[in-house]
Amino acid sequence: MKNLNKINSLLFLLCVTLGFAQQTPAPKQTKDFAIVGATAHIGNGTVIENSIIVVSNGKITTIGPQATTPLTRQAMDIIDAKGKDVYPGFIVANGTLGLVEVDAVKASDDLSEMGTYNPHIRSIIAYNTESKVTESMRPNGVLLGQVVPRGGRISGTSSVVQYDAWNWEDAAIKMDNGIHVNWPSSFSRGRWWLGEDPGLKPNKDYAKQVKELSDYFSESKSYNKGNKSELHLPFEALGGLFDGSKRLYINANDEKGITDAVNFAKSHGVSKITIVGGYQAGNVASFLKQNDVSVFLRRIHSRPELEDDDYDTSYKLAKKLVDAGVLVALEPSGQMERMNSRNLPFYAGTTVAHGLTKAQALQLITQNPAKIMGIDDMYGTLEVGKSATLFISEGDALDMRTNQLTHAFIDGRNLSLETHQTELWKRFSEKPIQED
Amino acid sequence: MIKVHLRLLIFMCSFSLFAQDYFPSNSGVIANNSNYTAFTNATIHVSPTEIIDNATLLIKDGKVVSVGKSVNIPKNTTKIDLSGKTIYPSFIDMYTTFGVEKPKRGGNGPQYGASRSGYYWNDHIMPEQDVMASFKYDAKSASELHKLGFGVVNTHMPDGVVRGTGALIALNNNADNAMRVVDGETTQHLSFRKSVRSRQSYPSSIMGSMALLRQMYNDAKWYEAGHIDTKDLSLEALNKNKNLLQIFEAGSRANVMRADKVGDAFNIQYTIVGGGDEYERIDEIKRTNATIILPIDFQLAYDVNDPFLASTLSLSDMRSWNQEPHNPRLLAENGIKFALTTHGLKSNKTFSSNLMKAIENGLSKQKALEALTTIPASLLGKSDVLGTLKTGSYANFLITDGDIFEKKTKLFENWVQGTPHVIANMNTKDIDGDYNFKLAGNDYKLTITGSTSKPKAKLESGDQTLGTKMNYSDDWVNLTFKTADSTKKAYVRIVANAANNNTLNGKAILENGNELSFFANKVAKKDTNKKDGKKKANDATETPFMSPITYPNLAYGFTEKPKSETLLFKNATVWTNEKEGVLEQTDVLIKDGKISKIGKDLSSKNAKVIDASGKHITAGIIDEHSHIAASSINEGGQNSSAEVTIEDVVNDEDINIYRNLAGGVTSIQILHGSANPIGGRSAIIKLKWGEAADDLIYDNSPKFIKFALGENVKQSRSRTNSRFPQSRMGVEQVFVDYFTRAKAYDELKKSGKPYRHDAEMETLVEILNGERFISCHSYVQSEINMLMKVAGQFDFRINTFTHILEGYKVADKMKAHGVGGSTFSDWWAYKYEVNDAIPYNAAIMHNAGVTVAINSDDAEMSRRLNQEAAKSVKYGGISEEEALKFVTLNPAKLLHLDDRVGSIKVGKDADLVLWSDHPLSIYAKAEKTIIEGVTYFDLARDQQMREAIKKEKSELTNLMLQEKNKGLKTQPVKKKEEKLMHCDTMDSHH
Repeated sequence: MKNLNKINSLLFLLCVTLGFAQQTPAPKQTKDFAIVGATAHIGNGTVIENSIIVVSNGKITTIGPQATTPLTRQAMDIIDAKGKDVYPGFIVANGTLGLVEVDAVKASDDLSEMGTYNPHIRSIIAYNTESKVTESMRPNGVLLGQVVPRGGRISGTSSVVQYDAWNWEDAAIKMDNGIHVNWPSSFSRGRWWLGEDPGLKPNKDYAKQVKELSDYFSESKSYNKGNKSELHLPFEALGGLFDGSKRLYINANDEKGITDAVNFAKSHGVSKITIVGGYQAGNVASFLKQNDVSVFLRRIHSRPELEDDDYDTSYKLAKKLVDAGVLVALEPSGQMERMNSRNLPFYAGTTVAHGLTKAQALQLITQNPAKIMGIDDMYGTLEVGKSATLFISEGDALDMRTNQLTHAFIDGRNLSLETHQTELWKRFSEKPIQED
Repeated sequence: MIKVHLRLLIFMCSFSLFAQDYFPSNSGVIANNSNYTAFTNATIHVSPTEIIDNATLLIKDGKVVSVGKSVNIPKNTTKIDLSGKTIYPSFIDMYTTFGVEKPKRGGNGPQYGASRSGYYWNDHIMPEQDVMASFKYDAKSASELHKLGFGVVNTHMPDGVVRGTGALIALNNNADNAMRVVDGETTQHLSFRKSVRSRQSYPSSIMGSMALLRQMYNDAKWYEAGHIDTKDLSLEALNKNKNLLQIFEAGSRANVMRADKVGDAFNIQYTIVGGGDEYERIDEIKRTNATIILPIDFQLAYDVNDPFLASTLSLSDMRSWNQEPHNPRLLAENGIKFALTTHGLKSNKTFSSNLMKAIENGLSKQKALEALTTIPASLLGKSDVLGTLKTGSYANFLITDGDIFEKKTKLFENWVQGTPHVIANMNTKDIDGDYNFKLAGNDYKLTITGSTSKPKAKLESGDQTLGTKMNYSDDWVNLTFKTADSTKKAYVRIVANAANNNTLNGKAILENGNELSFFANKVAKKDTNKKDGKKKANDATETPFMSPITYPNLAYGFTEKPKSETLLFKNATVWTNEKEGVLEQTDVLIKDGKISKIGKDLSSKNAKVIDASGKHITAGIIDEHSHIAASSINEGGQNSSAEVTIEDVVNDEDINIYRNLAGGVTSIQILHGSANPIGGRSAIIKLKWGEAADDLIYDNSPKFIKFALGENVKQSRSRTNSRFPQSRMGVEQVFVDYFTRAKAYDELKKSGKPYRHDAEMETLVEILNGERFISCHSYVQSEINMLMKVAGQFDFRINTFTHILEGYKVADKMKAHGVGGSTFSDWWAYKYEVNDAIPYNAAIMHNAGVTVAINSDDAEMSRRLNQEAAKSVKYGGISEEEALKFVTLNPAKLLHLDDRVGSIKVGKDADLVLWSDHPLSIYAKAEKTIIEGVTYFDLARDQQMREAIKKEKSELTNLMLQEKNKGLKTQPVKKKEEKLMHCDTMDSHH
């Protein structure tokens, strides 16, 4: 009882101090703490009821059922989380947070560079840690994500960041480890200004565009094998694809495009391949599985692409791929994708309504993206030795009914859950009524 | 009586028809030909219903003198024997742009004022336009039309909303306009499309065009009554053209309905150019009483060889290909009068083949002929001279070798005003067949095909086929072939006369120059008759497959519309939204479209019982702010568009209706967009999937209008800054100005003095009088406050602020004003004015006593509005019961529909959703969505529909493959795009 009071007062203190520390990254963990009594959702498909999690120096040192895990009470804060749920921090695959602040304000937009082949373009240096949009992720449990440039045939190079940092250097978890390609479309639009039908017709230039991309990769490979007497920035940037240090993310949605993209990447000796989008990936699930190709599945809350498609096409896609053994993570791209990234848990929740188990759904936004992005040594699951990047929710975090955070931690740092938005909420909730 | 060669006749005729009596001649003597011409022994279709065998047609001076079996033939008659031939009245195309050059795009946009003066304020209204001013006879096009059988066409300038007068032109290549112009002012033309020659922005949507037309008719009355002191040449012309045939180019089934609606309001029955898709809702079309001018631009089969590409083809596009050829038949069967036109064909050449296709698909030949002759003639008021071959008619007729609606039939001559236009020489002998001949000791076998159209020859000697070229005209055959010796390049030439169609007689010139006489005899054919007979039998039994028409006619449409049922849900958790709250283990009975009983252990004799244990029932979701199910959303051509209404452009075949049902949505307000401060009027509809557009709209619908503030209306992201207002400051003044004028308008109207009916002012007066409610797109607190103040100044109340993302900053003022807030759950960061948008907005407004709804403005989000409501539990701690009301009862209140929908209460409409789980949970699915007792969405039925769609698509794919394998032309697959509408969406290609 005495302990509990102590915890409560500690919590109160934390809230008060952090309440005004909006935008200020949390300081390094100085004292060990334990989360006691929560249902721990590990992120790897398993759950530990009534758990104990001990965090020291930013890492999980202990995790297990309370019944069998002894708690050494030495200079440790206890967080009573009975009846609550603990999750690894959710990870935004193919995210763009920090690259644009306000969609319609061009000056705030650093999403894409001009030109077609831009592998050398690095998103990380434009990542804005002060973004008010990014800060609004944390109260929903979304704590990590990829920073991905868009546009062109080769958009550029991505990095992985955590969402509570002073600048892009301390934000970065993995720097420059992904190359992003937009696969040629099977359909193209008629040039209406030349009197052509503006509708979508089969893309006559598809083969040409694929060959151009393929030639670019071949040239790059040749360059990287040579003595590089003259520096070629774009080819240099592609080098990592051929030695396995970078992953190739190919945006493709149609069955043929996906198949061609995978065969293309294989033929160039690229070993780490992820399809981004994958609207028709379900049709080639076993092919993807055989080739060890993972999928960043397009926004679950999106409309079916074709009139005849099942109304729940987007909702149930994950189930089909997961059942086939494909490694799947969820991505948010589309309209208002940055602000909508905070709905990532609910995208996962929807896959449960359409076939997956809750534990499987959770993997889509924790363990799986961590694996694909190459950060699973430290992030994505609640396991001993891994980073204490996790949060506590009052209930099921995949359902908006119960997603209610009390604590969130990145590398053991106790984050502020305040935002520009919560501040306005509090301020205006207390506004005195004005007489006309 | 002389029998002359046809060519001579043409020569003579061309003389006789030239000059007019009172024109001086300086090129010789004036010599008028007053001879008669008689066509004898023909089968004559005097009219579609009157056919005379072995008859004579007597013509003189371009007119029919008499027709019949016993025609008195004067002495000065040239006789043409047409034994075995058939005469038809030539065709009339009443909707062409013949002789009119395609108007060129003019000006640089955007432009808000008119380019002209002395005319109507809107450039797109051009009733004064006279097609003859830009008409230039086009003999080349005329010749093409001759081949299709046309003799007379009505032409017009295809540009503008009102396009002015059309004229009726005889396609007489041997006369001048004095003769050809049958009538220089036959029709007045209208459409929904703007003129390409002016950049004036208004109207920028179909609903804008509709409103413009209505205002124009009102203004014309006002002008006619002498209330306008200045000149308006457009209105004058409009009033003058009143008695002409009014032809409206609609171009689709939906637009046919819209055009008719505009006409009905002013007692004008348009003759309407259709779209070929009328069959989709034929009853509706019939109800318009309009005569349809029907294009027969049938789709080619899609090239579905590549399964990847083919998979993107929509069922609706596939069906169009399959069903469109049935359209003329279905119109005929339903007693809808129609004329056929070449309009809309990419190439006129497809007219005949498409016409045959329509006939193959059941259009009777008589109806086809009527649609090409008597119907257009009568519509144009020219039945006395056109459409038949009765005495006094123009000598406009066709000579064929048989039934004109048979593929193999040849059209020889097309006579217009007594002038023949030869398409094929009807005296050419058919010499098709196999011939044997001997030459220099060798035996040859010659096969001739297509002798009367495209002659071709094949020559064999022994087992060798020799390279052969053949010409055939005027009974003479020229044949050149390579000698059998393949080592040499040497040729034998033959010239032979086909004295009869069994022998060829002439000479051969060998490779060495020697001449030999040549004689070939036709080998009698044996099997032909048998084969033909067999084929015919096949044709008769094969009725072309037609995909079933569904309501609406696309995937997930109903073959039979579902009916209202008596349903008893047992043991559900019922979210009443009433003081009873959430009832566990409760039964709900719905009957006659209403909620009949709520309670425990209910029973009803005739009810279909549905076990709902473990499931939840809520009122249907109501989306206060939607843009689905509409063909246009913004009329942004002016800063006020109070005259337009979305009710004019409801789109009943938007798949998003079905998808919204699958998300439990039953009612939506389709709001006008936010392009201008005073937007357009709303349509409030129920998502009765399958019903026609007008039947979706609520009966006695509350009247709403969209207003808008902020970035969109001040055109913040537009590159041109030419429309007032450009700042929030200007926005206020727009409202003050309009309401000041509306007040003055109302006072004048009430004074009993004459007043100019102004649709815009009428709408604003309704607002002032509390008969119409405003739903205003709004973001920042300053502008929200402003509009409430403007309303206060004019003594009315703003009903709803929609979006209202800074509502939380002025919730107290909103409460005091009595305005509701319909907001997004968590949208922000998409533009500058949503910088301070917070997901706690709904909660703060609710806590301040404002009626709050959560809306979508998005066809995706609207499918999960229950989840969006649930976010109010997360952000701001609203109770679950209240949160559900944000998407049910509260929007019903805001829309003044809470006496009918929004809660589960006895007597209210049975608009319900059966959920698989807690309705605010991400894990819940709508299992049944019911509107007025009709189950419009059913999860189990949805599964069956998926199977049916797959099956039908593969059937149609097979049929398309068959067409391709037959060698018929195909078109590349297209990917049907849904037009996703938001507040900012403007009509494109308009």
